[in-house]
Amino acid sequence: MSAAPKVLRDTDIGDLELEDRLRALWRTPRGLMGWLSSVDHKEIGVRYIVTAFCFLALAGGSAVIMRLQLATPDAHVVGPDKYDQLFTMHGSTMMFLFAVPIMQAFAIYLVPLMVGTREIAFPRLNAFSYWMYLFGGVFLWFCFFSNNGPDVGWFSYTPLALTQYNVGHRADFWAQMITYTEVAGLAVAVQTIVTIFKLRAPGMSLDRIPIFVWGSLVTAFMVVFAMPAVMVASTMLILDRLVNTHFYDVSLGGDNLLFQHLFWFFGHPEVYIIFLPATGFVSAIIPTFARRPIFGQTAVVLSLIATAIMSFGLWVHHMFVTGLPRLGESFFTASSMAIAVPSGIQIFCWIATLWTGRPRFATPLLFVLGFIFNFVIGGLTGVMVASVPIDTQVHDTYFVVAHFHYVLIGGAVFPLVAAIYYWFPKVTGRMMSEALGRWNFWIAFIGFNVAFFPMHILGLEGMPRRVYTYSADMPWGGLNLLSTIGATIFFISFLLLAFNMARSSVRGTVAGNNPWDGESLEWATSSPPPPQNFTRIPVVTSGSPLWENRKTFPTVTGLRADRKEVLVSTLTEAEPDLREPSPDPSIWPLLAAIAIGITFLWSVYTPWAVIYGAVPITVTLVGWFWPKGTKEDES
Amino acid sequence: MKTQVVLDVAPLPESSFGSRTLTWWGTIAFMSLEGMGFALAVGAYLYLRVLQPAWPMNEPLPGLLPGTIVTIILLLSAIPNYFLEHWARAYDLRKVRLGLVVMSLLGIAPLIARVFEFPALRVRWDTDAYGSIVWFLLALHTTHLITDVGDTIVLSVLMFTRHGKNPRRFSDTSDNAFYWDFVILSWLPIYFVLYWLPRFG
Repeated sequence: MSAAPKVLRDTDIGDLELEDRLRALWRTPRGLMGWLSSVDHKEIGVRYIVTAFCFLALAGGSAVIMRLQLATPDAHVVGPDKYDQLFTMHGSTMMFLFAVPIMQAFAIYLVPLMVGTREIAFPRLNAFSYWMYLFGGVFLWFCFFSNNGPDVGWFSYTPLALTQYNVGHRADFWAQMITYTEVAGLAVAVQTIVTIFKLRAPGMSLDRIPIFVWGSLVTAFMVVFAMPAVMVASTMLILDRLVNTHFYDVSLGGDNLLFQHLFWFFGHPEVYIIFLPATGFVSAIIPTFARRPIFGQTAVVLSLIATAIMSFGLWVHHMFVTGLPRLGESFFTASSMAIAVPSGIQIFCWIATLWTGRPRFATPLLFVLGFIFNFVIGGLTGVMVASVPIDTQVHDTYFVVAHFHYVLIGGAVFPLVAAIYYWFPKVTGRMMSEALGRWNFWIAFIGFNVAFFPMHILGLEGMPRRVYTYSADMPWGGLNLLSTIGATIFFISFLLLAFNMARSSVRGTVAGNNPWDGESLEWATSSPPPPQNFTRIPVVTSGSPLWENRKTFPTVTGLRADRKEVLVSTLTEAEPDLREPSPDPSIWPLLAAIAIGITFLWSVYTPWAVIYGAVPITVTLVGWFWPKGTKEDES
Repeated sequence: MKTQVVLDVAPLPESSFGSRTLTWWGTIAFMSLEGMGFALAVGAYLYLRVLQPAWPMNEPLPGLLPGTIVTIILLLSAIPNYFLEHWARAYDLRKVRLGLVVMSLLGIAPLIARVFEFPALRVRWDTDAYGSIVWFLLALHTTHLITDVGDTIVLSVLMFTRHGKNPRRFSDTSDNAFYWDFVILSWLPIYFVLYWLPRFG
């Protein structure tokens, strides 16, 4: 090897010059090209969040239209075909384009800050994942607005989704949207795992990792092992439809339940992929507002891991009415009930933290309390439908719709809104209005319960899911009207949230570094954080670093100040081990996403697209990886 | 808040190999998700097989020769792959260049044999569910093979340019060799399932 060239380190210059140099190094270049080339995890994270909220608005709007249609018997707001597209778009968007991406987006933004590093692992892959996600979502909604939206439900069961019952390309568009979004989700999972394993600040041993980061890690592992299942299922579906394979064709040896098994092997962990990050939000927010470290940190972390493992052994409870062997049903009933145990442990730990702390009932904590209330209801009905006789009775009725909305909105959206109020000051540098926040909470809490609680009763009264209307002689009109009123109130709470965010980003009180007196590292840097996150990488000495080091904060020195560099540490003890360069901004991830995106879209029309598309895909990937001669490339 | 320097990381190296690096862990993660995809595809094969009284359904048994040739080439490629990994860790540019050229050729060779493997399945993908799943498994592994051969060829070219002297490229070579081991290992259960399981009844 040749002699090492002269390098500039943070020890060679003063604090102010260091800050300026690092800002210049880590900043995204200006202009459109700079914006399209950005690899900054904070910018990508915010783009993910904004995009996911746009999809939430579209999916929420679909829900309101459906509720208006169902508010009265024999209504004609939309016809049956549009209604089928609406509930398919609502479910698909909420699950694939909102819930999972928004949780991953928060991890993209927060995990590097919380573990005390300057960038996420594989930042160009991060940029690529965002473009794939965006293209997948826009593609799906473009199909819908051109009256080609999928109409076979968010799980696209066969044989309904096969060509004999679904002509045209509607189900193909659903299947390809899965491919786009799962590629994105898997990429983010890989980045998250490697960031948490290898980029933690020195001293952040496993027992000092914040619980939100643990939640993100466990979730990322679940994504790695669950999402391939839906990709296999949807790929087989599109092959059946486009090149006449027979995976699901009973007449030639295929089987429809194969689709259900593969789908739910992904689909049930999916619920926990959405729920576990939300519990991470709760475990981050409660200690701050209870003003004490979390009660039972080890128990909470072990509960997260136990939930993740058990969630892979529950999928058959979605298939209780398909005529499976009774022994199998009994096993899955037991496992479905058993998973309530680790969730229960977490809830008891949160209650104990609040009980033994000095709670401040600010808006984030109100949403967390709302979460506990709503989620417990969803959890209890979950234990009910884990029982085969009850499930057989209420299967495909509004009881199940009520149950999973309590779990998903109560269990994930309430903590998500809490997280928005909690971390908004970090992202924007300004506080959200507390007064509007309280209004927001109560409107959301009341609206949600008025919208979804009546559905339990409607289900018990026999109202089936996915019907576009019902006749006046059924006794469902009153409760449906009440539910629609609740849904409208709930929708208004999101308009209020959006208004509060928009207003506060301009007029909100300046937040400072740590407005809530939080304990974890994201509060150690300025709000909003500088491009380099930390001018000096922190050294962690406890599980509550900001509470332990109130006067002086221990830091690292010796990193280079002439190139983007991250500190790589060991897996368990987080001892500093390497100084690796972090990649520069690049347009190639966008070009690769365009090449892959066009190939996916084209393949709906001809399988040869995969062959033709391989050429631009190869060119863009080589362009992405080929060294460009920068200091980051030529270490 | 005031900061206090307590740790100097200047003496740390700027590159390394294996589990000390980010790329190695990224490779492990991608192996895990791809391995999961293979496992699920094999699971789907077994699921469909259990439902049928005869397997293959109405076709002859698949021909053994091309698949076995692919298996032998892949197993033999583990030997130069082992040395390549070793040379990369020794920063021996000349031998790494040689090793990468050999591994590129040993990557292309099973792809050539693979061309004959699809007809040797003796069934079309659109004949029945058996045909669909065997084509699916073979196509999945072919995609996997093509991707890594492409990566190996690009890396080989890179090592013959001025960028080849960068220590990080030796680490990349090591990770590429590590991934090739996974390509070999993931093929063995698929080979068994495609060609031997139907022979066991």
